[in-house]
Amino acid sequence: MTNERNEAAPANGAAAATILAVAIGGFVLGVCALAGDASPAIAHLLNVWNPTGPLSGVTALAIIAWLLSWFVLARAWSGRNLQLRRINLLALALISVGLLLTFPPFMDLLQGK
Amino acid sequence: MEITLRDAVTVVHGMFFGALLLLAFTGAGMGLYAVSAPVGRWNVTPAQQRWLSLYIALMALLAWLTVLLGAYAVYPWYRAHPPAGLTDLSGYPQRLLMSSPGTAQWHDLGMEWKEHIAWFAPLSLTAAAYLVARYGAHLHVLRPVRRALIRLLALAFLSAGVAGFFGAMLNKYAPVRGGPHIVLMHGDSHDE
Repeated sequence: MTNERNEAAPANGAAAATILAVAIGGFVLGVCALAGDASPAIAHLLNVWNPTGPLSGVTALAIIAWLLSWFVLARAWSGRNLQLRRINLLALALISVGLLLTFPPFMDLLQGK
Repeated sequence: MEITLRDAVTVVHGMFFGALLLLAFTGAGMGLYAVSAPVGRWNVTPAQQRWLSLYIALMALLAWLTVLLGAYAVYPWYRAHPPAGLTDLSGYPQRLLMSSPGTAQWHDLGMEWKEHIAWFAPLSLTAAAYLVARYGAHLHVLRPVRRALIRLLALAFLSAGVAGFFGAMLNKYAPVRGGPHIVLMHGDSHDE
């Protein structure tokens, strides 16, 4: 296996858009999960398919946010070279918050339960 | 030998799609490290690179199948409300767990976390599949992309692992069971 290729590496804009979009999707997932847990009115709004309950709305919104942000960011950053370390740090922060907001003891802590 | 329809769908969700996904992480981790390490990497052919891309894409597909089947087939059975006055809650797993202080946390912590965190796996694996397809041949020189890719894979493994662990434990304490019986094998009973 010695087929070394020497083409120039593609611009990292598409990678930045992909990485940040996942982070935005994960962050929206966490925020919606917390909002649905904290407020019965929001849980009712998130209940877009009754058998699955509010989870259907939480995940639908997260997927919409993920795909929409991926599309918008990819169009904006396509062919550009960006400071990917900064994007990675921002993505790491958003994903960490999103993950924390899905953790029930942390949700309860924020709501003072 | 029989199995109920709900058992069968739960088996496909957790033991087929979910477990296969968890097993696949070892191959993905080794493959990505081998082709993207800055020093001593494998110089793969374009065809081999495409196979690696396909492998990660199939993992993303498995993750999507797992969460969609879980959220839209198994979860509605899990959270179904029993009719008023029913005392046998075996067909209503969420209510069964919540009926005892010894099992309530399996729902309050286990299911409440699992139902949300699991969705990080398909999102991050879809992104990882795209990054490998787009940048695979250049990952060894694109350090920030390589690091992000490994983190996405780790995030997917963490979320799939948490969901898989709680899924298995929940099904031990309150199995999702019911619906038509599917006969897997006919046979006589043998008393030894």
